[in-house]
Amino acid sequence: MKPAHDPGRLLIVDDNKVNRILLSRGVEHHGHTVETAENGRQALEMLKRGSYDLVLLDIEMPEMNGYQVLEACLQDNELRNIPIIMTSSLDEIDSVVKCVELGAEDYLNKPVNPILLRARVNASLEKKRLRDEQRKLIRTFATKEVADELSKTGFSLGGNFVNASVMFADIRSFTTLTESLPPAEIIEMLNDYYALMFEAITSNGGSVNQMIGDGLMAIFGAPVPYEDHCERAVNAAKEMLELLEAFNQDQAAQDKPQIKIGIGIASGMVIAGFTGTQHRATYTCVGDTVNLAARLEAHTKVVGEPILIESATRTALGDAFQVRSHGPMQLKGKTVEVEVFSVTVGQKA
Amino acid sequence: MPVIDPATFEELKQMSGEDFINELIDAFLDDAPNMIQNMESALEARDVESFRRNAHSLKSNANTFGAMELAALAKELEFMGKENNLDVGYRLEVLNEAFGKVAEELKGMRA
Repeated sequence: MKPAHDPGRLLIVDDNKVNRILLSRGVEHHGHTVETAENGRQALEMLKRGSYDLVLLDIEMPEMNGYQVLEACLQDNELRNIPIIMTSSLDEIDSVVKCVELGAEDYLNKPVNPILLRARVNASLEKKRLRDEQRKLIRTFATKEVADELSKTGFSLGGNFVNASVMFADIRSFTTLTESLPPAEIIEMLNDYYALMFEAITSNGGSVNQMIGDGLMAIFGAPVPYEDHCERAVNAAKEMLELLEAFNQDQAAQDKPQIKIGIGIASGMVIAGFTGTQHRATYTCVGDTVNLAARLEAHTKVVGEPILIESATRTALGDAFQVRSHGPMQLKGKTVEVEVFSVTVGQKA
Repeated sequence: MPVIDPATFEELKQMSGEDFINELIDAFLDDAPNMIQNMESALEARDVESFRRNAHSLKSNANTFGAMELAALAKELEFMGKENNLDVGYRLEVLNEAFGKVAEELKGMRA
């Protein structure tokens, strides 16, 4: 007969042998696999090494007690996803409340009632399975950083001011390109293009938060703050061009069309956070800096340089990159002139 | 008051199964003397935390087997530990005696 629930891998933590045996038998009986630890320190080591679906955790233990294990798990990006059921005596109700408030999934009184044990274990495993699926889904549609921020802070609309670098990148003459190619080939080419751009951006700590047709927007310094976000953004831009160069050589060899892009980067305060509605929202940033980055990207066509930055980014870079000043320029939609610099491609100073 | 509450013990047996109740009894008879020993050492070393934790463990096991008197004695000692009070008088001797009775009884209850 097929068990009513998918079997899970459990870690039972209790300094008391009788309790360990009792709990182990209770869950093994329902098809789950069990490992045991005799104290908190040992449990934490096992948790870091293995992969478990659920932990039954005693509170009173030598070396490292249940609270300390619970707190260590909640602070760990991986371990915080494993549900923890506290096991305690009836007269420890205050401790149990504290654990549940801290973030324990549930609790069980000892001596444990076998029916309750089965019900709580199965319910927790089922909830974990659903959460794992949800997380997988979020990761498909959002960047890892955004998914982490979501699971850490929960979802709420609204944002805060952060100092960041914003990047816009766009394919030159994409419309002309599309007219010469069958649709399937255009999508395939776009997918290859995006894969390369994502690689360059994420490996420098940035996250792509918007893709619109052939254009993309990325942010460096949010949700994960980086002191050197300007340098990271410019580095990513240079890598994007390098990867694209290799891609184009490949395309040329197959007699396929090549891609040229323009990149604009601006740095400063932006408002970053989730915008939209409760049902459909996206992590993005808005503000003058964002606007400026988009204008700089558009301006690459005018200047004929692939990467353009403004003075805030330029100042932060110091001597790390070779740049050329194009002087103050009137950008579309801006009332005052902006000093524009191009980043020299193909060499690092 | 019976040394072992028959209803609690019966429930435990139901839950664990006949073959497994022996393993459980053996684990307790193995472990409990260590806990009492640890309490004695803790008392000597004035280690309140260890005293309280071992009393807690013993209480927890006594409850599992339905050893009501032993559980009550261990609970009192646990509480004293929690209150930082190690003036336990003869309570540890009384506890030891109670455990002796429980051990005898449990040996006879092995399936």
